[in-house]
Amino acid sequence: MNVVEASGLGKRYGRTWALRECTLQIPAGRVTALVGPNGAGKTTLLNLAVGLTPPSAGEVTVLGGRRAGSPAALDGIAFVAQDTPLYKGLSVADMLFITRSLNRRFDQPYAHARLAELGIPLRRRAGKLSGGQQAQLALTLALARRPQLLVLDEPVAALDPVARHDFMATVLSAAAAEGVSVLLSSHVLTELERVASYLVLMSRGQVRLAGAVDDLLAAHGQASLEELALRYLRETAPEVAR
Amino acid sequence: MSAVTVSARRGADGQAGPRRLPWRRMAGVTWRQHRLALAGVVVLLGALAVLLWVTGLPLHRAWAAAIACHPASSPGCQDLIGNFGASATGGGKTQGILLQVVPALIGAFAGAPVLARELETGTFRFAWTQGFARWRWALAKLVALPVILAALTAAFGVLVSWYYQPYAGGGPAGLYQNSPFGDLFSLREVTFPAWTVAAFAIAALAGMLIRRVVPAIVATLAVYAGLAFAAASFLREHYLTPLVTTSLELPGTSTAWVISQWFTKDGRFAFGGNPPLNILNQYCSGGKGAGPSFAPCLAPHGYTQWTSFQPASRLWPFQWIEGGWLLGLSAAIIAVTIWLVARRAA
Repeated sequence: MNVVEASGLGKRYGRTWALRECTLQIPAGRVTALVGPNGAGKTTLLNLAVGLTPPSAGEVTVLGGRRAGSPAALDGIAFVAQDTPLYKGLSVADMLFITRSLNRRFDQPYAHARLAELGIPLRRRAGKLSGGQQAQLALTLALARRPQLLVLDEPVAALDPVARHDFMATVLSAAAAEGVSVLLSSHVLTELERVASYLVLMSRGQVRLAGAVDDLLAAHGQASLEELALRYLRETAPEVAR
Repeated sequence: MSAVTVSARRGADGQAGPRRLPWRRMAGVTWRQHRLALAGVVVLLGALAVLLWVTGLPLHRAWAAAIACHPASSPGCQDLIGNFGASATGGGKTQGILLQVVPALIGAFAGAPVLARELETGTFRFAWTQGFARWRWALAKLVALPVILAALTAAFGVLVSWYYQPYAGGGPAGLYQNSPFGDLFSLREVTFPAWTVAAFAIAALAGMLIRRVVPAIVATLAVYAGLAFAAASFLREHYLTPLVTTSLELPGTSTAWVISQWFTKDGRFAFGGNPPLNILNQYCSGGKGAGPSFAPCLAPHGYTQWTSFQPASRLWPFQWIEGGWLLGLSAAIIAVTIWLVARRAA
């Protein structure tokens, strides 16, 4: 099963194509890194996949053919957007209540255990938590939904190194222990080395490279993901600039 | 039949389309997100209710004493009527004008954040990617909140009607005989909630379009002011065809709402409104035409005064007509807003 399948997918804002002719299959059971510089179209692709925005061209389905954004699709997807938006004025307990109310599945014991482990008090207002705690809360809410696919948009961009490490550790253990497929975007390449087994490289609104990390490294004769990505982005730069 | 469908869907988890989450799930969500706004509305209306009650009580006492007094022409009764007049002076008018802004404020402050705050702070990315379809999320909020606001403001409208009673009058001469179509028309049991709901709907749509809370509130107040002005100045008088009379004493005395007056002579239209100066000089010199009505001095010269008016007995039909079109408008605006939520590009 593919967790995300796009064919000829495009998104235009005004005259600018944020994403063009994107044809892509992201397999299930993996941690997929969506890599590219700022403005490459990563967020646009993720927004299309979770149904926040309708495509201008082509189509995208998730979790084996469900229309992106349909209730069936969103039932199995948990999305943590950039800067982990939370209702800052509400307490952690209220955030749990809202997330539980809006979803068919919600693992309350898991959420409580996670938050206790993280030392996040239920009565604290979400806006009073540290950046790292807010990110962890958003991630906890997402994982408590027991999703098949976890989508993270630049999850660690705003976090300090320790919070970053802790956040990614949570993501990885969920992926390993519960078989959650993960799709995460980042422009920080070093993060992804340890975590990603599937890579989608984007620049200027187009997918440049997609495949299993091991295959890509072997095929392109590179030692690390970072080198591969850097070299590829440099190579495609002249073509992109045209 | 439907039971079979439901259980079949329940069995096929995921792939075949999950069964819908029940609407009641939105009750707690809406409450938690909007309890502050609702509390603010309750506090505001509560404070205004106390104000109306405190100023209304002495007014009602003086009024009750004045209308109970017989015979009305006796000096004692005249004193009571004078008392009432003194306690009533100005109050109703001022409060009527001040209260005009209340439905707009309630609607704007409760309605604008519903979508604008989500869009402004980015939390729509959270709210609209949960298992509860986002058009249903929007529908639940944009129905539940106006219903609650309508209930609160309808209760307040009852109080306004009570407060207004002495001004509307009936009873001996010298008491107020205001037309119920005046300042307080839009603040009664039907129109107060209807205008509040309309302001809420406008604010919700403005929030969706403008995507920021404060500008959406400002835009709402501007649009609302225009709509309220249009309704009071142009629309309201056409709700029902006005009655026309040549009688100088309008049925229902001065509580009727005079729409227009004109004169005819020999069965033909002569002039509208006040007589032109040359006619006045010709027929109404010597003080005969003093006062607002020139009909008495013009009548002997073949002029007939016509008056079109809305009788005070049409208050409730007018209330329901205004409430009806406002609710229809609100429903249309909310439908458009939900449609925008469902199709909006992030």
